[in-house]
Amino acid sequence: MTQANRGIQVVRGTAAVLDRANVDTDIIISVTRVVTLKRGDYGPWALAALRLLPDGSLDPACSLNEPAARTACVLVAGENFGCGSSREHAVWALAEYGFKVVIAPSFGDIFYNNCFSNFVLPVRLTPDVNSRLMQALVRDPHIEVDLERCCITAGDFTTTFPIEPFWRQVLLKGQRMVDILLERKDEALAFETQAAAARPWLFHDPAYAGSTAKGAA
Amino acid sequence: MNSLDSPIKQTLFEKLWQRHRIATLADSLDWLYVDRHYIYEMNSNQIELLRGVGRRVRAPRRTIGVMDHMISSAPGRHGTPKWAQDYMDLMRRESGIAGIPLLDEDTPDQGIAHVSGPELGLTQPGMLVLCGDSHTSTNGAMGALAWGIGASEINTVLATQTIVQRKPKAMQVRFEGKLQPLVTAKDLILALIAAHGAAGGVGHAVEFGGSAIRSMGMDGRLTLCNMSIEFGAKWGIVGVDETTIAYASSRPYSVKGAVLDAAIKDWKTLHSDEGAVFAREIELDVSQLAPQVTWGTSPEHAMAIGETMPEPAEAAPESRKAWEDAYAYMGLKPGAPIAGVPVDHVFIGSCTNSRLEDIRDAARIVRGRKVAPGVQAWVVPGSGRVRRQAEAEGLDRILMEAGFEWREPGCSMCAGSNGDILKRGQRSMSTSNRNFVGRQGDGVRTHIGSPATAAASAIAGVIADPREFIEKEVSV
Repeated sequence: MTQANRGIQVVRGTAAVLDRANVDTDIIISVTRVVTLKRGDYGPWALAALRLLPDGSLDPACSLNEPAARTACVLVAGENFGCGSSREHAVWALAEYGFKVVIAPSFGDIFYNNCFSNFVLPVRLTPDVNSRLMQALVRDPHIEVDLERCCITAGDFTTTFPIEPFWRQVLLKGQRMVDILLERKDEALAFETQAAAARPWLFHDPAYAGSTAKGAA
Repeated sequence: MNSLDSPIKQTLFEKLWQRHRIATLADSLDWLYVDRHYIYEMNSNQIELLRGVGRRVRAPRRTIGVMDHMISSAPGRHGTPKWAQDYMDLMRRESGIAGIPLLDEDTPDQGIAHVSGPELGLTQPGMLVLCGDSHTSTNGAMGALAWGIGASEINTVLATQTIVQRKPKAMQVRFEGKLQPLVTAKDLILALIAAHGAAGGVGHAVEFGGSAIRSMGMDGRLTLCNMSIEFGAKWGIVGVDETTIAYASSRPYSVKGAVLDAAIKDWKTLHSDEGAVFAREIELDVSQLAPQVTWGTSPEHAMAIGETMPEPAEAAPESRKAWEDAYAYMGLKPGAPIAGVPVDHVFIGSCTNSRLEDIRDAARIVRGRKVAPGVQAWVVPGSGRVRRQAEAEGLDRILMEAGFEWREPGCSMCAGSNGDILKRGQRSMSTSNRNFVGRQGDGVRTHIGSPATAAASAIAGVIADPREFIEKEVSV
């Protein structure tokens, strides 16, 4: 995939509304799916604990199963979305399901970082603005999220959103953090040399009891 | 140090952050150096991915491999599912190629990363510690800057030994007062989350202090910092004091001699300065606190064990629906007492509560008693060392005579990623950290509480107050 097309500029389509706080990453993708499936196969199981009944059929009472929500590219959720386990599979599952943007008043901190690693845009709105967006989407599920202008439009609802400029650039350009840091590896090396001289105990390398068992070099 | 010497009063968190900052990339995003990285089976494919693109692990001996999430907890390690075996084989192969030390199944130091790391001294005060697991915050109990990361961040750490992170705000939580008997660190953290919500700490690093923490041992502090993440905070930390120093300087892999002396001198500076300003402060009087247990599907659904389950009408308007959903999932009714709810399974283990103090607490309750008929009860020690220490004290015999299974160290039924899960509709009393929907298996109902509460519930066959067992003991 080229850098240009894995980045995000403008996302247009419909939004799914999940008006529920503390949606954890176990709800987003269960551990059973995490360990038994491979990347690329998680999409059908995204949010399955909420979308699907025990027999595997769609739960008609779940807002995620409304017609416009089933093909949505934006998810609007409640506070502390993506809390819990650090599993990046949660972002993979949501992205594979079709979401490119997740909007909420707040996010689990690990989930928030994981979004940028996968070119999914997490947007924080104040609780009040987030509720107004949900109300607008109930009237009409169409939405546009513009990362260039940091602006969300849904019918007559419009708002700007804050995002760290650095992360915004990473998403616009489709950059990976590891590539950015490897460009500057000499700085890290110089820092390490200094730190090892100042606090040698942090760099103590014991003869680990486990290290010889499996032939680690 | 007086104000003339040090005009800027710093929090411990700020001190450790500054020590590790290589550069500020932009805005509030900092580039930080990583001292210690733990990696476990489920993330071993990140080592393989790095190799696949022709990159080397930057500092292989600063990463420690562990077998915890997928390793069998069954006696004799039987019954490993194929997926788990595949990940474990990958871990062995990739750590071997990369030169990453591995605390494998057959070594005496095998255990859960957040149990083994501190107890072996692989985590030290002042370190920046990362692992692809949200409960890495546990390590903060040693006065370390520790947090959980995602898979892509693991890849970055392996390749660069560095991480990029937005600096959080600092929060102080003070637990004041002398704890009642059988009230533990687990009860403190559940009470905090119940009072301030599962999102109460989002965007913050939480320093725990107050008289209850100063008089608490390391095992309890590790439990407390472990569940910072359930409070929404990626970081938990406790300032270094004599308890920390005694612990950190006596570990199997502690530095020795003059280097240790220099380290201790440095560790003594690892606390927040008198008068340091926190973005937010919370104080809880815990002198009258009762054992806590959860009724619902979020750690914030915690309550004192002697009370009746709360009515959704008492919830904040935006939480009412969540409470109703939680009651439906858990198969419980508001207004009824939580004590007396029948349980099918009791799990004592996890990086939250699998240390020696935890197993002692459980053994104290069950000594001379029997697990209720129909209840399956497990103890899964957090590490080989914990297991051997407990056996040396005879705790394994007390537990097994009561009818508990004494199992092999690992994450087991906390994460369920080794196949240790329950059946739909079963009810679990667990010392782990998450009572989420489906956490211990699809449709499984999880209550979390302390080891003493879990042990009491195993004996009673219903959720039970551990204090009643000790009172009975005294009256005999």
